[in-house]
Amino acid sequence: MPAFTEKELARIRADFPVLARTVRDGRPLVYLDSGATAQKPWCVLEAEQEYYSTRNAAVHRGAHQLAEEATEAFEAARATVARFIGARPDEVVFTKNGTEAINLVAYAMSNAGAPGAIDGADPEVAARLQLGPGNEIVVTEMEHHANLVPWQELARRTGATLRWIGVTDDGYLEDPATVVGERTKVLAFTQVSNVLGTLNDLAPLVAAARAVGALTLVDACQSVPHLPVDVQALGVDFLAFTGHKVLGPSGIGVLWGRPELLAAMPPFITGGSMIELVHMDRSTYAPPPQRFEAGVPMAAQAVGLATAVEYLTETGMDRVHQHDTELTAYCLEQLAERPWVRVLGPTDPARRVGAVAFTVEGIHPHDVGQVLDDRGIAVRTGHHCAWPLHRRLGVPASTRASFSVYTTRGDIDAFIEALDTVPGVFGLSA
Amino acid sequence: MDLYGELILDHAKHPQHVGLREPFGAEVHHVNPTCGDEVTLRVQVADGVIHDVSYDAQGCSISIAATSVLAEETIGHPVDEALETFLAMRRMLTSKGADAGDPEEIGDGVAFAGVSRYPSRVKCALLGWTAFTDALARTGEDISVVSETAPSRP
Repeated sequence: MPAFTEKELARIRADFPVLARTVRDGRPLVYLDSGATAQKPWCVLEAEQEYYSTRNAAVHRGAHQLAEEATEAFEAARATVARFIGARPDEVVFTKNGTEAINLVAYAMSNAGAPGAIDGADPEVAARLQLGPGNEIVVTEMEHHANLVPWQELARRTGATLRWIGVTDDGYLEDPATVVGERTKVLAFTQVSNVLGTLNDLAPLVAAARAVGALTLVDACQSVPHLPVDVQALGVDFLAFTGHKVLGPSGIGVLWGRPELLAAMPPFITGGSMIELVHMDRSTYAPPPQRFEAGVPMAAQAVGLATAVEYLTETGMDRVHQHDTELTAYCLEQLAERPWVRVLGPTDPARRVGAVAFTVEGIHPHDVGQVLDDRGIAVRTGHHCAWPLHRRLGVPASTRASFSVYTTRGDIDAFIEALDTVPGVFGLSA
Repeated sequence: MDLYGELILDHAKHPQHVGLREPFGAEVHHVNPTCGDEVTLRVQVADGVIHDVSYDAQGCSISIAATSVLAEETIGHPVDEALETFLAMRRMLTSKGADAGDPEEIGDGVAFAGVSRYPSRVKCALLGWTAFTDALARTGEDISVVSETAPSRP
């Protein structure tokens, strides 16, 4: 039985106003770029509007009623988002996006060795965050630039060495044991590749890191929108994701961290809100999560994100995941019938989530995307911020169709029908 | 679809003057970081005349074809004339469909008029041209006319 009946799916789609519009001379929009950013349901848009029109004030400041209500809304949003990933509210830090969440950890590690980084931090925990020459940072070859470049920079600043776990030809991670070792201080990896769609088995990665006392950070940007994610079950130390891919607003992301680690971490961005005491020559800092939320926070976005994850929870994350697997299987099946298409990543839909990237023989992905766009089909073309992965696969770029809760088999049919016209446009036979 | 006219497809399949040649006065390497397209381009200039434009490009049909047309329209021409051609190309490409291009000025470049309706592809068509003006500057040619007339949002 499919995850959603046709009627249920129609009802879901009616929740997303943008899906009703047309593009390119009146063609219905077929949105297959949810991996880049998801569309927003009415309830999220209304929640933001309701916040601004009834409770808007600067969070964590002021003693007036509006400020109290704004603060309450912001903290209630934090609790909702925390619940969604199986965490406690004080372990959840709101950031600008997923990229900032990862940078927050990288900069905290960078600064952890500075004198007086965090007064009173547990020295044993603080030592886990510090690194320098002789230490290693390990990532994987399938990372989005957001989970690669911050670690390159951390290596450069600290003198540590960056190493990586390779990717096999069929889109899986190689054995971490050959790369993770005594020198490893942190292991950062994605749960789901934004290009290959690979759903990584995190257990061996977490085990390899734990065996040597290394910290783990999982980039969950492409997993949280599609499947149930529980931070306790994953066993990682940090988890980062962005709001706009989870049907939420842009301008908000989430960092979850183990409380003892967050407590020992120096701040990344400093200023108002994140302090305890400020003198002219020095300051002390608030406990987490406030320590990592300098400035007036993004309250409306937090309210919007909380509404988005509630929407997904009510829909049922297990069904959302099943729906995604059905779409992936159908899309892979269709593409497999076309020998001029090369799909990147695993062929088993059960090992994939959210996206199918591919190349068309003899035609550049940009040109593929252009022909699709002309028929109202929105896909992503390029290297999808995973340039080293494309190099590894021997292709300069790819075309990617990605899904969300509102995606239908009909969307994939329209996509395939348009794809079939692509070779002809460029004088090749399909 | 009408974006891919025969001229563009011809140039994309059979790029003119392709390959890196000697001698050259300057070589540049330009990339489009959003899509990963790359071009390595050389120019050879003597007495104010462009004697050769040679290149090695990896990219979509628009960027390959545009670089091919660029080589065709500039080799053997005086530098100031080539810069005029570039300006006319850029004017057309950034016109959002308003400027159909003048074949007197840009030759086969008129085939790219359709690109101006797709803002995300304008960069593809300009990749080779931007590399070309950069290479000219590196040979010591005065390309100030390029920045003086630059649109605010190319």
